[in-house]
Amino acid sequence: MRKSEIIGLILFIVGMSVFTALPFLSSYRLSEAMVRDQVKEEHRDKLAELIQPMYGQSYSSTHAFLRAYSSNFDPYNEELKANQAWDQVIWDDYGFALAKAAMDGPGRTNPWINLGLSIGLIVLGGILFNFRRQGTAHASLAHTGVFHSTLKNRGLLGMLTGTYLILFYVILYWFPAYLASLVWMVEPISQFLSGGPASQWFLYGLVYTLAIGVMGVRMLLKYRDNRYQQLRTASLVFFQTAFAFLIPEVLVLLNKPYFDFKNIWPLDYDFFYDYQLDTFISSGGLGLFMLIWGILLIVLGVPLFTYFYGKRWYCSWVCGCGGLAETVGDGFRHLSDKSLKAWQWERWLIHGVLALAVVMTTLTIVNYFSSFSLLGQVTNQLHSFYGFAIGSAFAGVVGTGFYPLMGNRVWCRFGCPLAAYLGLVQRFKSRFRITTNGGQCISCGNCSTHCEMGIDVRAYAQQGQNIVRSSCVGCGVCASVCPRGVLKLENGPEEGRIHEFPILIGNDSIKLRM
Amino acid sequence: MDSRHYVIIGNGVSGITFARHLRKGDSQARITVISGESPYFFSRTALMYVYMGQMKWEHTHPYEPHFWKKNRIELLQAWVRTLDFETKTLGLASGETLNYDILVLATGSKPAFFGWPGEDLKGVQGLYTKQDLELMETTTSNGIQRAVIVGGGLIGIEMAEMLTYKKIPVTFLVRESRFWEQVLPEQEASLVQNHIVEHSIDLHLKTELKEILADEQGNVRAVVTSAGEEITCSFVGIATGVIPNVEFLKNTGLSIDKGIQVNSYFESSVPDVYAIGDCAEFEQPPGPGRRTLEQVWYTGRMHGETLAHNFCNQRVRYQPGVWFNSAKFFAIEFQIYGLVSTEPSEMAPYFYWEHRLGKVSFRMELDEAGKIAGVINLGFRLRHEFFDRAIREKWSGQLVIQRLEEGVFDSEFYAPYHLQIQQAFQSQFGLEISIKKRSFLQKIFGARL
Repeated sequence: MRKSEIIGLILFIVGMSVFTALPFLSSYRLSEAMVRDQVKEEHRDKLAELIQPMYGQSYSSTHAFLRAYSSNFDPYNEELKANQAWDQVIWDDYGFALAKAAMDGPGRTNPWINLGLSIGLIVLGGILFNFRRQGTAHASLAHTGVFHSTLKNRGLLGMLTGTYLILFYVILYWFPAYLASLVWMVEPISQFLSGGPASQWFLYGLVYTLAIGVMGVRMLLKYRDNRYQQLRTASLVFFQTAFAFLIPEVLVLLNKPYFDFKNIWPLDYDFFYDYQLDTFISSGGLGLFMLIWGILLIVLGVPLFTYFYGKRWYCSWVCGCGGLAETVGDGFRHLSDKSLKAWQWERWLIHGVLALAVVMTTLTIVNYFSSFSLLGQVTNQLHSFYGFAIGSAFAGVVGTGFYPLMGNRVWCRFGCPLAAYLGLVQRFKSRFRITTNGGQCISCGNCSTHCEMGIDVRAYAQQGQNIVRSSCVGCGVCASVCPRGVLKLENGPEEGRIHEFPILIGNDSIKLRM
Repeated sequence: MDSRHYVIIGNGVSGITFARHLRKGDSQARITVISGESPYFFSRTALMYVYMGQMKWEHTHPYEPHFWKKNRIELLQAWVRTLDFETKTLGLASGETLNYDILVLATGSKPAFFGWPGEDLKGVQGLYTKQDLELMETTTSNGIQRAVIVGGGLIGIEMAEMLTYKKIPVTFLVRESRFWEQVLPEQEASLVQNHIVEHSIDLHLKTELKEILADEQGNVRAVVTSAGEEITCSFVGIATGVIPNVEFLKNTGLSIDKGIQVNSYFESSVPDVYAIGDCAEFEQPPGPGRRTLEQVWYTGRMHGETLAHNFCNQRVRYQPGVWFNSAKFFAIEFQIYGLVSTEPSEMAPYFYWEHRLGKVSFRMELDEAGKIAGVINLGFRLRHEFFDRAIREKWSGQLVIQRLEEGVFDSEFYAPYHLQIQQAFQSQFGLEISIKKRSFLQKIFGARL
């Protein structure tokens, strides 16, 4: 390793250590004023009374604080549930809000220093480490060694990384109180951007955007002689930074609804939820525009762009999940399963999730317009099931946490309902295909090995067949890694796009139907 | 259809292509493929990528294990030791025997060794089989101060690239005055040589291997070159070409010269015995400019397709179309379509363009009437279908260059080399070419020349 790489690695490890250690350095002291400040009016008195024993007590860890909170609060809810007094149950989880308010620790007292020592060092180290490392080889030679790497080939480092990511997502979704000190650390940035306090989602959005940025730089260097890869990486970094991160925050600053203009239903599964619709409708012209924009993307944007360019226009140029997969996840792309079995699973799962999203959304809308007379609380239960199982567990924990185990597109391939929708258009009505260069394929298998979507590209290429698959996100790596110049992503006439009986060029003896 | 027993010796691309197409055309046939090398068909061309950690061994398998069962192709991992053509019996190394009705020999090649003193030492090897790969992985796993590669062809440069991945210094001995002299003209060879040297490889042209020296343990210690130089090294890669793997077939009554002699129907001198792929030697070259031994992936595949067709349909002569091939030298890709002379001659006027950075080139050879004979391109990609058609239909050089944009197969937003080629052609031949401008988007986002 070169000096700059070693320094980069050390900075990265120090940054990660600080980031990981901060949550353990916080203590908690709750007051009634805090509870009154954080809790909704309808729950305020009750909760303030319930957790009264906690006031003025000092808790030395998040765990102790949460345990005290549960022991005071849970029996009340349990009893109501046991008596089936559903409407009196306090469904809201105030754990995070109270923990954040009651917290004391370095993340809160010195946010900038701790931000610099954790995320700052991670970013700096990441750039330093990758800058020289990726700065030497040609793009087509950039895939050597991935199976000799402990990180990239499910070795010890890969397992540790996977475990860390999975834990991070589990904490983020279900135990966010543990992140209170980290959230305080980014509080000043949130105040600056949106004028409001930071939540765990703001922390997540910031970390996510920075990760795509740093690893995007890595991609630009790795593929510096491949313009297609550079352009789509730049596009992904841009859409994440501007559309997913900055614009929504600025909208909040301007007292407008938080809205990501590039997120499309059904990936954006709560787009038609009652509270969303209420927000759109009650936010004047801009709110209405958001609603119409979102619907136009679904009914016109997806089919039209996918017709002309394939689903890649979204999945590997715009999407936030794609953004993370193509940058942070790039080193894990070869871990996707290429077997026929995996393809069978994929088709059932992804279309199953699409069906679920459609059913859930239809019920929601019907319910909304019938003023909840039809199905009452059923949709809420559906929402919470979908949010838990698909939105959090599948997309987050499995989708990203499993990068080092199952490759970088687990969610996009097996779960994303928007990818399923885009895929259906791409498969049946699109000009996009990957063209095979006559008879030049040598069946080496580099394309299949490095396909993040687990497509057996070689199976098509070696029989001279265009690759038309609903799952292909058009990342272009098969074309880059091919040592014989066989694959090319193209938009062309629909006629002849799907070769039922391709013919390999070069043998005049016979005309073969493959 | 019948239910004859087809036995194929060799599970490389020819043997397996034959088996697959036979199954497509004949659902009754019993098909057995024998190989001692590996239980499953793998892509030999990918050996280097396994070594370099770019693929795992299982990725070299073009078909999953269940494929063979589904297609009722029996795979037998065994070495064939004896052949009795009278009784149509094969004797295996295990002592078992196997009967066939039709025997297809697809035994491939093996590295050519030319009797150098010391060629049997530990640390000297070629690279062709799975076992060669495993040996190379073991031998070069540690403590190699320097490696010497002998032979300036495709396997030689692959071995050099593999060793470079492991940061082992390489000395590359090429007998000829330039790299891959049998195929590359002077300019292309020089371009590739510069690229080889860029990768810190110590390239010696016009240098032959004379002798390999041993240490006390019988390992390689050094090589002596024809220039009299002694180069200390602990690994020697022999890549001086391949020869048909037919040793075990000699003295069986089969007519063998360099390879198994076959006619244009792949029929050997023995009834019901056929040979395809690298091990087959045609009595007559199968086409103009072709050799009697065809030892590339594509021809192996075509042999298999054609022979299978002949068992299932009316018999046809093997008749390959326009020649094509491809390779990759470190980062530089190579393609050839049609026939291109390696030495300039009055009979074969040519057009050559090279990019200013010396990583991309294009050559088109013309016949006396100015029609395209073939092209060689380095560092960018050309479309097989386009050039197959142009050469087959004998387009004029001017027409090819005029329509060159259609013939480019590079990824989107790549540098538009075809524009420079068109300009260069125009000024060299004084022929008018209407050059299409780049689109607005390409101009903004596309790579620069």
